[in-house]
Amino acid sequence: MTVPPPTSGSPASATLARTLEQHHDELLAEWVAAQSAVGRMSAGSTSELRQQGGEFLRLLVAGLASGDDAGSRAFAPVRGMLDDLSRSRAQQGFSPSETAMFVFALKRPLFARLRQDVRDADALATETWSATQLLDALGIYTMEVFQRGREDVIARQQQDMLELSTPVVTLWDGVLALPMIGTLDSARTQVVMETLLQRIVETGAEIAIIDITGVPTVDTLTAQHLLKTVTAARLMGAECIISGIRPQIAQTIVHLGVDLGNVTTKASLADAFRLALQRSGRVVARAAAGRQGGAAGAVQPSTAAGASTNRR
Amino acid sequence: MERIPILGMGKLLLVTIQVDMHDRLAMTLQDDLTTRISATGARGVLLDISSLEIVDSFIGRMISNIAAMARVLDAETVVVGMQPAVAITLVELGLSLPGVRTALNVEKGMAVLRGLASVEEEGEEGDDPTAVDAEGRGDAGPPG
Amino acid sequence: MPVLRAEIMPVRSEHDVVLVRQATRAWAAAQGLGLVDQTKIVTAASELARNALEYGGGGTVRLEALQEGVRCGLRLTFEDQGPGIPDIALALSDGYTTGSGMGLGLGGSKRLVNEFDIWSEPGSGTRVAITRWK
Repeated sequence: MTVPPPTSGSPASATLARTLEQHHDELLAEWVAAQSAVGRMSAGSTSELRQQGGEFLRLLVAGLASGDDAGSRAFAPVRGMLDDLSRSRAQQGFSPSETAMFVFALKRPLFARLRQDVRDADALATETWSATQLLDALGIYTMEVFQRGREDVIARQQQDMLELSTPVVTLWDGVLALPMIGTLDSARTQVVMETLLQRIVETGAEIAIIDITGVPTVDTLTAQHLLKTVTAARLMGAECIISGIRPQIAQTIVHLGVDLGNVTTKASLADAFRLALQRSGRVVARAAAGRQGGAAGAVQPSTAAGASTNRR
Repeated sequence: MERIPILGMGKLLLVTIQVDMHDRLAMTLQDDLTTRISATGARGVLLDISSLEIVDSFIGRMISNIAAMARVLDAETVVVGMQPAVAITLVELGLSLPGVRTALNVEKGMAVLRGLASVEEEGEEGDDPTAVDAEGRGDAGPPG
Repeated sequence: MPVLRAEIMPVRSEHDVVLVRQATRAWAAAQGLGLVDQTKIVTAASELARNALEYGGGGTVRLEALQEGVRCGLRLTFEDQGPGIPDIALALSDGYTTGSGMGLGLGGSKRLVNEFDIWSEPGSGTRVAITRWK
C-alpha cells in the first residue's frame, strides 16, 4: 500500500498512543455512537462495534510504539484486522464508505481529546496532522481491501454462472447432450466448446447433441462459434448434431448467409436423440405385448454397422 | 538416430507419436512406414497423436502425406487421440486435414478400420462393434 | 507496456524450433494463460519459427512477458534478415505458399493471437510480432 513517508520514532506517535490509552473508554463510546449514526446499524451490532473498536484501539496503540507509518510492519496486525473487517462487511452488503467510516469516525473523538491534552498550539498541530495521516491511510487501506473483496466475489460468481450454464449430460452410451441456455457470447462459447470437447474425450462419446432451444438469438458470431465446435469435434473423431432450431433462428441463419455445410440439424432434441441412437447402431423397439404389459421400448442394436466413421 | 517405432498387429500398423517432430524425424517416419506397409501388406495404419500437444501446419502436412501415401499402397489411415486444445487450435488455424479419417482413441480407430473390412484376421480376438451383452443392450464400442 | 522479463533465442536449426516451442509453452503457462490459449500461441510460434528458418534463412525470436495493469500477456517477435515478403496482404491470405506447405503459416497464425504485426521489406528481412493476452 502507498502511504506518506514515515516519521519514524517521532514523539508524536508516543503522544497519540498515550491519548488513546488514557481516554480509551470515552473514545470508544463516542466512536461507536458516531458509527451508529451512519449507515446500517442494528441494536445487536452495537456490541459487535464495541468489541471491534476495542480491538482496533489496542492494536493501534501497539503499532504506535514503533512510529506512525501505517504501512510499516508494526502496523501489520492493524491492517490484518481491517482486512477481516472489510471483507466481512463487503459480504454483508455494506457500502465502501460505510466500511471506511469505521476508521474515519475515530477522528472527531480523537481530535477532541488531543485538544484537551496538548496545550501548545504547534504541538497540537503536529499531533493532529500525524493522527490525520495515520487514520486517512488506514481508512484508504480499508476501502482498497473492500474493493478487492468485491472483485473476488464477482469473479467467483462469474465462474459459477459459467459452470452452471454449461452442463454436459450423457443421454446414452456414447451420446452426449449439451443444452444451451441464454445468449452465447465469445467468452462463454469458448468455455462451452472446451467443456464439451473435454467430455467427449473423457466419455469416449462419438455423438454430441448441441441443443439451442434455450438460445434466444443467433448472430453471425454465435453461428461461427457453433460451427467451430462442430468442426473441432469432427477433427477429434466425434459428430455433432445441432437441435432445437426454432423457425426464427432458421430464418436468421439463412438471412445471415451462414453456411452450415454438412452439419446435421434437427428441430427437436427428441429427433436428434433418435438420430444419434440410429447412427450408433441402435433402434428403439416396443417390448412384445403381453410380456410386461408396459409400453416402454427397449433400445437394441440394429443390424447396421455400429462404428461411426469420420472422413473429411 | 532416433526414429518413431511402428508396431505391427496383424494387418494393422500402429504408430504412436510422442516426441516433438522435426523435419528429419518426419521424413524417416514416412520412409519407415511406406517400407513397412509394402513389406507386410498392411491394410490399415493407426496414427496415435494423443501425446501431441501441438499440431502446426508442418505436422498437419505430415499427417496428410502419410494418409495419402498409405492409400496409394492400399492401406487406410485413421488418426486417433487428438487433444481438444489441439482440435480447437487447428480449427482456428484453418487446417482441416483433408482425406484423413479420425477416431477418438485406438479402440475406436481399430473398429473403424475393421468396419472398412481392411484388417479382418482369422482368430482375431476383440470386440465386435455390434456385440450384444447379457442385458440385450448394444455397444458402439468399448468405453473410451 | 511494462515488460516483466525478456529473452532472445536463436532460430537457426530444427532443434531451435523445438526449443522455441518449449520455451513459449513455459512462458505462456507462467503468465497464467489457460491450456487452449497456450496451445494457440505455441502453435503460432511454431509456424513463425519455421517460416524464419525456411524462408528467412534463420533468425531470432524475442520472448517478452508483459503486464499491463491487471492483464498478463506474452509477446514473441520473430526477426530474420532473409529476402523479405514482397506482398504481405497476399502472404496473409490462406492457401498462399511459395514452399511445399499448406500455405497457412502467416494467415493462420494471425487468427491464433490477439495482436499481430508484421514488417517486411524485400531485401531487408522480416519481423513478425505476436501477442496473446490472458
